[in-house]
Amino acid sequence: MSLVARHLEEAGLPTVVMGSARDIVEECGVARFVFTDFPLGNPTGKPDDVAMQTSITGMALDLLERAWEPRTTVQTPFVWNSENNDEWRQHFMKVDDSNRGALAAAGDQRRAAQADAKAEGRGRG
Amino acid sequence: MKADRRTHRSHVSYIDKSRNYYGAQGYPQAYQWAYNQDVPFAPLNKPLSECRVGLVTTSFFERKVDKDAVAGSAKKEPYAAKCDDAMEGLYNKDLFWDKDTTHTEDLDSYLPINRLREFAEQGRIGSLADRFYGVPTDYSHRRTSRRDAPQILEYAKEDELDVVLLVPL
Repeated sequence: MSLVARHLEEAGLPTVVMGSARDIVEECGVARFVFTDFPLGNPTGKPDDVAMQTSITGMALDLLERAWEPRTTVQTPFVWNSENNDEWRQHFMKVDDSNRGALAAAGDQRRAAQADAKAEGRGRG
Repeated sequence: MKADRRTHRSHVSYIDKSRNYYGAQGYPQAYQWAYNQDVPFAPLNKPLSECRVGLVTTSFFERKVDKDAVAGSAKKEPYAAKCDDAMEGLYNKDLFWDKDTTHTEDLDSYLPINRLREFAEQGRIGSLADRFYGVPTDYSHRRTSRRDAPQILEYAKEDELDVVLLVPL
């Protein structure tokens, strides 16, 4: 998605990326970025929280007017879980001794399924 | 609020997490993420209250995929569709997001069509385009840069967009 934003900027169209994967967007490099430190899935606000969605979308509009150079990142003030905000971070794509064997087995299974699909000519649907 | 101290940055590095996660699944080669030193910048040349705004998502419009196909094999092609036709939600199951922690039942939590229409009613923006645009995440930089990005630019020209908000899930 950041590559698309760069292409539009090169053609003279101002853009804002709104997202939660800060490192991926900033490594690619975009003109304007509104970062919300949430689990991936709700980059424009929590489900059914209209006030938050309005605020985050409004910050993207503000950034269009106010950024004067590329790589301008604004972080929105919202916190996913003020009681325990590290829980979702640690849980997502967790790799530790408790699941290492299961992950290796899942990888083998997935590769076998993909090989079967390829052999049967299914593959990309 | 009480000050805190940490030995690691607080926000998640998805580049680090995904490398470790797929490595643990036995994929030998780490994904090569896009990295650029230079970043293009187009300034806003007219008042936002006169701008037509376009929205781009990584969601699929619908699941154009054979039911027997393996997960993740939905067709990843750019598209344009009517905002009115997105009101029931978009197809996200094949995308990479935190399905254990949250959900995407509310469209405006990942594609703020209703919120932007409200901003248009208030005069904060000129209008939201009638169509929105989709670029389902493709792991090929070549396809994203050479096929998808020019297609989105084409849609932007057809719909006379002045600014574009891009929202990856």
